[in-house]
Amino acid sequence: MNCTGVGGFGFGALALGAGLLAAAPATAERLVTSASTHRVLISSNFTGTDLVLFGAIEDDDTPSSRASGYDIVVTVRGPARTFVTRRKDRVLGLWVNMDSRVFIEVPSYLAVLSSRPPAKIASPEFLRRLRIGVANHTLPQQIGSDFADVVPQDPFRVAFLRVKDNEGLFNEEPQGITFLTPTLFRTTVPIPGSAPTGNYEVETLLISTGKLIARETTAIEVVKTGFEALVAQEAHDHGFAYGLVTALLALVTGFLATFIFRRD
Amino acid sequence: MSIYLPIAELPVNLFLILSLGIAVGFLSGMFGVGGGFLMTPLLILVGIPPAIAVASVPSHMAAASLSGAMSYWRKRLVDVGLGLVLLSGGILGTAFGVWFFAFLLQAGQLDLVVGLFYVILLGIVGGIMLVESVRAMVRAHHGAPPIVRRPGTHAWFHGLPLKLRFRQSRIYVSAIPVTLIGFGIGFFGAIMGVGGGFLLIPALIYLMRVPTTVSVATSLFLTLCTMLIATVLHAVENHTVDIVLALILMIGGVIGAQFGVRAGQAIRAEQLRLLLGLLVVGVAIRVAVDLVAHPEELFSVVATESLR
Repeated sequence: MNCTGVGGFGFGALALGAGLLAAAPATAERLVTSASTHRVLISSNFTGTDLVLFGAIEDDDTPSSRASGYDIVVTVRGPARTFVTRRKDRVLGLWVNMDSRVFIEVPSYLAVLSSRPPAKIASPEFLRRLRIGVANHTLPQQIGSDFADVVPQDPFRVAFLRVKDNEGLFNEEPQGITFLTPTLFRTTVPIPGSAPTGNYEVETLLISTGKLIARETTAIEVVKTGFEALVAQEAHDHGFAYGLVTALLALVTGFLATFIFRRD
Repeated sequence: MSIYLPIAELPVNLFLILSLGIAVGFLSGMFGVGGGFLMTPLLILVGIPPAIAVASVPSHMAAASLSGAMSYWRKRLVDVGLGLVLLSGGILGTAFGVWFFAFLLQAGQLDLVVGLFYVILLGIVGGIMLVESVRAMVRAHHGAPPIVRRPGTHAWFHGLPLKLRFRQSRIYVSAIPVTLIGFGIGFFGAIMGVGGGFLLIPALIYLMRVPTTVSVATSLFLTLCTMLIATVLHAVENHTVDIVLALILMIGGVIGAQFGVRAGQAIRAEQLRLLLGLLVVGVAIRVAVDLVAHPEELFSVVATESLR
């Protein structure tokens, strides 16, 4: 499992055992999380799954419990892909794709789960800086030879988020974190059947009174397995042989049917 | 019951896809057409990406047409010479079509162009079928003898060089128009995800004056060949052939086709053509509505990796 952007992974895993990870804390509290699995396997009966993430807030000063309580934000980011967003316009009575924007290396999957609506957790600047909430993610667009993010109201940006939301790939759950005890929480991350394959980054933020207390990152992997992996690999690497096999399969199926249904 | 499609990268309902295969197979067996013009739009309607649908349907048509092609072959109704000349144009047309398909996908105009092709070609062919079958039925009703359309007139293309004699079809024509027809069938077939029988059969009967049974037999033989080639070319060029989707469609298709052939034999020829005409025009209208009606979502998002 090779994960980018998860610096503390190896060290944390050594220190706490597989699945339990810790970020070096600057303050008293530490955050420990564990996902129900680190590999979501896609086999022939895959229709999507739920990833369960448990977390604990560890405190050095025993009677800690900050008066204001804790807030948790879990952000899951799928593998970065480049997308073209096109807009249809009416031309001679027909709806035709006219204008388009290219979004470069943006998450193909995004889930933001928080214990409260993010607007109540911290200031808008804080939310933007830490990319909390789907709308606060940087979505760089290609502008000429350069690229940059645009204003949040940009119609293509808004449409991109809306389409991804409708596809079930961008989710926001403002009440998605369940506190089992004041320092133990759980959340369920929906992985839909159409989830892109690749590495997913899971970032957990511990926030109190609008300030970041601790951050913890782990990773999961969504991979095709067995037959599905083999088919995808062959289709990509050996297109000609794959095409011949499919064509042969058609001949065999047609021949078998003729043989089975023969009336004489 | 759901099954995950490894290339389309989404789960689909196995029974939904299987029944689509059976239904379209039934109609294609009944009318003696490949059925791609129905299957491709239906797959897109149930959420299969167009690139996957167009590339995966040809193998289904190859499987569904094999049985019929073998039976015509045994009856020696296939004009192999005519078929091979058509195929030489067909391979070029298919290759060009697969390339043009990739180009349209890149340019974001695939849906539009495929939609327009559907409306224009299906509208014309379906309209002609409707008019022609209604006339035949009216004539039959009045007890008039059916008009035999083999007047032996010479069209302009009979003056072209490279003349070949096709004994089975009882025609003596230049190879140029035959190759061009083959090219057109291959080209539209690759882009629209259709076999092109609905174009080829009228072209052979009305333009080339080939006898109907030989036209149907040769068309089926050609469909089989071009669809096998299209499968391989799409797999090489676009990597969008989903073998799992294809297999489900094939199994449904060959089962449906067997029953369709029996149903087709129970109906009179002009009624069959009327039904097929209605079906073809219906699909054309459905596609036309999609092009003209205000879409619910004006924006679409495509990953650029999937363009290749």
